[in-house]
Amino acid sequence: MSGRSRLLPWAIPLAVVPVLVLLAYGFRTDPHDIPSPLVGKPASPFALTAFDGKPVALDALKGQVVIVNFWASWCYPACYEEAPSLERAWQTYKDRGLVVVGVNFQDKEEPAKRFLTQFGHTFPNAPDPAGRVSVDYGVYGVPETYFIDRKGRLRFKQVGPVSDELLKREIETLLAESA
Amino acid sequence: MRRLPLVAALLGALVLAGAPASAAVPVSEDTVHDVAAQLRCVVCQSLSVADSPSETAHQMKDIIRERLAAGETPDQVKAYFVDKYGTWILLSPPRQGFNLLVWVVPFAGLGLGLVLVLVLVRRWSRHPASPAETPPLDAAMRARIQREMAEREP
Amino acid sequence: MTPELGYAAAVAALVLAVYGSAASAWSAVKGRADLRLSAERAAVGVWLLVLTCMALLVYAFLTFDFSVRYVAGNTNLGTPFYYRITAVWGALEGSIILWAFMLSIYTLIVVARYRRTQPQLYPWVLAVMLGISAFFLLVITVPAPPFQRLSPIPPDGRGLNPLLEDSGMITHPVALYLGFTGFTVPFAFAMAALIIGRTGDEWITITRRWTIVAWYFLSLGLLIGGWWSYHVLGWGGYWAWDPVENAAFMPWLTGTAFLHSVMIQERRRMLKLWNLTLIILTFSLTLFGTFLTRSGIIGSVHAFSQGSVGQFFLGFLALVVLGAFSLLAWRLDRLHAQGELDSIVSRESAFLLNNLFLVAAAFTVFFGTVFPLLSEAVKGTKVSVGAPFFNLVNIPIFLALIFLMGVGPLIAWRRASSENLRRNFLRPLVIGIAAAAVCRLLGVANALVLLCLALVVFVATTIALDFARAARARRRTGDGWLEATWGLALRQNRRYGGFVVHLGILVVALGVAGSQAWSTQTEATLDRGESMELAGYTIRFDGLQAAEESNHFKVIGTFTVSDRKGPYTVLTPAKKFYPQEQSPIAAVDYRLGFMEDLYLVLGEFARDGSHATIKVQVNRMVSWLWIGGLVLTLGAALAIVPEPRRTPALPPGAQRVVA
Repeated sequence: MSGRSRLLPWAIPLAVVPVLVLLAYGFRTDPHDIPSPLVGKPASPFALTAFDGKPVALDALKGQVVIVNFWASWCYPACYEEAPSLERAWQTYKDRGLVVVGVNFQDKEEPAKRFLTQFGHTFPNAPDPAGRVSVDYGVYGVPETYFIDRKGRLRFKQVGPVSDELLKREIETLLAESA
Repeated sequence: MRRLPLVAALLGALVLAGAPASAAVPVSEDTVHDVAAQLRCVVCQSLSVADSPSETAHQMKDIIRERLAAGETPDQVKAYFVDKYGTWILLSPPRQGFNLLVWVVPFAGLGLGLVLVLVLVRRWSRHPASPAETPPLDAAMRARIQREMAEREP
Repeated sequence: MTPELGYAAAVAALVLAVYGSAASAWSAVKGRADLRLSAERAAVGVWLLVLTCMALLVYAFLTFDFSVRYVAGNTNLGTPFYYRITAVWGALEGSIILWAFMLSIYTLIVVARYRRTQPQLYPWVLAVMLGISAFFLLVITVPAPPFQRLSPIPPDGRGLNPLLEDSGMITHPVALYLGFTGFTVPFAFAMAALIIGRTGDEWITITRRWTIVAWYFLSLGLLIGGWWSYHVLGWGGYWAWDPVENAAFMPWLTGTAFLHSVMIQERRRMLKLWNLTLIILTFSLTLFGTFLTRSGIIGSVHAFSQGSVGQFFLGFLALVVLGAFSLLAWRLDRLHAQGELDSIVSRESAFLLNNLFLVAAAFTVFFGTVFPLLSEAVKGTKVSVGAPFFNLVNIPIFLALIFLMGVGPLIAWRRASSENLRRNFLRPLVIGIAAAAVCRLLGVANALVLLCLALVVFVATTIALDFARAARARRRTGDGWLEATWGLALRQNRRYGGFVVHLGILVVALGVAGSQAWSTQTEATLDRGESMELAGYTIRFDGLQAAEESNHFKVIGTFTVSDRKGPYTVLTPAKKFYPQEQSPIAAVDYRLGFMEDLYLVLGEFARDGSHATIKVQVNRMVSWLWIGGLVLTLGAALAIVPEPRRTPALPPGAQRVVA
């Protein structure tokens, strides 16, 4: 047998190696972490009515840093974990140009209001009855939080609960920018 | 069908809300279903928006219906969702660029395989069995052989 | 106490399996019968210990032992009795124990059957099987131990995933795993044959029945999975090309190819290399499927929890694939194909094409499943590959396979003369085309359905003709029709069992075609007392009621259904609210029929029962899938019946020449 056909059979096991490498690469990815194509683009406008009846619209908030947080009362434990952090961030930065808006995602009014009372949220929270705003922002689960800069562009999307550190970091960066 | 009040209500709402562009286009549920079948339900695994029983899918179908009624083409509706969610939301990757691979490779593989089989069969038939110099059969013998073969041939 | 005992049993089983594997291999190398006996005893020990593990786990479930984390995670005080038993394999850790358990049983059967009859192959077979068992036991002891303690002990468990509270849950994993683990035996024999260099046809003849049984259980598992998806998940479909469905489908495809191509090796001594490749592929794909479900690299309906289990599985998969193919490469010189045939129009060709299409389908499914990962690795973008892709590529392949089902069994070996072709295929072709034409006239417009119908009728006619011809020949010996057919089926049970299996596949194919083409659905919101109409059914919403079950809260909608003939039935779809689940689970209600199923899903509803939204589906011919499964069962059973002895028993070792 010539030297070449001696090595040829070993091509078979070797051919499998790239597949195994690809599968191993799979460990570094998260199938649930889908990057948003909206980051860097102007954030979608919305006009909702909050639970207390007041209107909430993105256009009215131009020039301020806006955090849009999607949550649900059935979203346990993540939404419950991050709720105090959001209220704290709101209290800390509201005089420096931050607005926090909560959007209630696929929920019922009573349990949603109970959620708000439990955490004593003072920032506006509105239901999204037909899911238009959720789809407009590309929401596929809760909680998700969107950070919009003073110019109205979406700068960052957090999938999953936000922490105090994350909020502080992002908010301060965005607040430092000019309108 | 009971859908009519729903569609009528939506159209009515659009008109009242001063929907821009042309007057509302009548939308067939089949078109909605077609578009929905090409979009992936974001909260399920692998199900299309058309098939999924989830609330999100329901809302997305409403949006599809609304947009079609406002005059958008199915492609424009799909483009809207791709804008919001990325190419991931399409159940089949768009046929361009790198994604062409997924469409081409299986067919190429099949074609290659067919060629391989043909080559193999050619090679194997190049050494035919010893040419049979069998005596000619008469009809009765042939019939009998066929009968018995029918009983035995596995 | 239970957790510690269970863990100890698992560790002991692991040690025994490793020892047994090594001892068996060493006994083959050195020719030491005592080591082999020791390995056999180790195999028995492994079985006993895994049985103990399972028994302890079941006991923990039945006694609400929430100190075991696995029990607390999968059951709660309200879980009904029978689900507490089946919950054992409801999640990752328990499913591995089930796998290990089945493997240990198969190992014992191998020990019992082959220790005397296959002295050369057997020690290596045992070594391979114990080695594979050892891996699964390793998974139970290290990354995914089911006996982990939970502290502090919670007062109540989390409960079983409500989607798993179903009869399909009891049978689907069991059937599927019996199929997966069943393929271990032919694989082990193949490895043994390669190791000792006996790469002839022996290993195929020995494992023929194993292959059929494993293939059958895999088919059954897939069908039951489809049934479960259909009646539990609430979307009215039975197959979604979900990554884990694909993962079970791929070994089925290559397993079917293997099942057929071994027939060529048996008859014509060809394709030895290919058959070895196929069984390695099939077994590797069963591991790959298990890897997919447990690694979390591709999101799916089935996704179990992650952890390092995925890495263990990938490592083992790499070991098996690289090791097996290296063995193959090493022995390549003994595997020269001595292919011989006279014409491309021959049974050999038909089988080759059959293999080609099946493997191409498996490759397509594999590529589509893995492509999102590839896209992310190369381009950094996430894409989805879903049903439209898989349907587009696979439907032509399956149609071609149906055609081959009719051609293969009847076309002649080596070279089919034109007379052979005419005799066997002319009438079926004509009848097939005629049937399609009739259906076209009756109003069937869908081209694919017509094509599928033509092919199905073609194949069914070839089978019927063959049966009739052969039975007629038998009748010459004086049997009546029934006796002739029955005797024929028994005497050539492999052939006719195969025919019945093909018939089963045809029924399934028709069911798929019909349900895809002719099902219809709609959605509506009804006030109490209001009716809606679909496909001849009138459905009236009568009201809602609430019910409290042992582990969930249920809202049931009552709908009175009448068809053209009058009152038909009352359906009660419900929404089940489980405390541990984020969203309610829909409990579908349906009436199954031969030609159509009526299927109702309850959607949103008003608290006071004044109105409710329902999705109504009329699914056509879905029952044909399940009926096809029954026919499959009969066929497979017939195919593995041992050949009846007509001649006195020959001394062992002598070849039985089938006249």
